[in-house]
Amino acid sequence: MHVALFLSFLIFGSTGGEIAITRGMKATGEPERLRPKEMLQFLGRALCNGWFWAGVPLMALSFYALLVLLSWEPISFVIPASALSYVVGTFGAKYILGEEVSTARWAGVVLVCAGVALVALG
Amino acid sequence: MATEGRLRVKTLVMVCAMVVCANAGDLMLKRAMLQIGAVQLSEPGIAHAFRMTVSSGTLWVGIFFLCGFMLSYMTVLSWADYSYVMPAGAFGYALLTFFAVVFLHEAVSPRRWVGVVLICVGVLLVGQTKPRTTPVAREALA
Repeated sequence: MHVALFLSFLIFGSTGGEIAITRGMKATGEPERLRPKEMLQFLGRALCNGWFWAGVPLMALSFYALLVLLSWEPISFVIPASALSYVVGTFGAKYILGEEVSTARWAGVVLVCAGVALVALG
Repeated sequence: MATEGRLRVKTLVMVCAMVVCANAGDLMLKRAMLQIGAVQLSEPGIAHAFRMTVSSGTLWVGIFFLCGFMLSYMTVLSWADYSYVMPAGAFGYALLTFFAVVFLHEAVSPRRWVGVVLICVGVLLVGQTKPRTTPVAREALA
C-alpha cells in the first residue's frame, strides 16, 4: 500500500512538475546563445516565472518519493514501475500543453516505456 | 529547413547532456541510499534519514549532476516539445547497457537486449517527429 502510494507520488509528482516547468520555460523563451552570460540571464528569467516555481514542489515530492522507494525496493522494480510516467507525461503534453502528438510519437513513447521496463528488469 | 536542422542539432546536444548528467546523478543517489539504509516512516526515522542524507558526500555529488541535468532539461524545454524531449532522454538506459558490455564486460540478458532495442526504436520514432509543435516565445529580451 505504501509502495503504491509513493509510486503515485513519484509518477504524478514528476509528470505534473515537468509539465509546469515546460510551460514556464516556453514562456521564458530560449537563450540567445549557450554561453555563460546568456545562460545566467536565461536562468534568471526562468527563476522569475511562476510556473517554474509551481513545478519545483511537485518535483521535490517526486524526488523524495524516489529516495524512499529506492530505500525500500530494488532499482529493478522502481525504474520499470516509474516508466509509466512516459505515458502519463505524453497525455499531459497533449491535453495540458497542447502539443501535437502524432501516431509515430505515441508509438515511440510506448516502445520506450516497454523498453525501459525490460532493461530495468534485467 | 536550415532552422529545422539547427533545432534538431541543438536539441540532440542538450538531450545528450541531460542523459549523461541524469545517469551519473541516479547512480550516485542509489549509492548514497545504499550507504544510508532503509528509511523508517516514523518521526525519528525521517529525522535520522534527513541528517544522514544532508551529510552524505555521495548524495551531494549526485545532486550536483542532477543540477546539471536540470539546467540542460530547462534549456531544451524552452524550445522543444516535452513529449519529444522526455522519451529521447530514455536513451540513457540503452547507453548504460552498451557501456556495461563494452567497458565492464558485463553479461546482459536477452530480455535486457530486447529492452535496449525497443528504446532505440522508440527514440528513433520520436526523433523523426518535429521537435517543436507549439509556438515558443522568442528570447524574452527581444
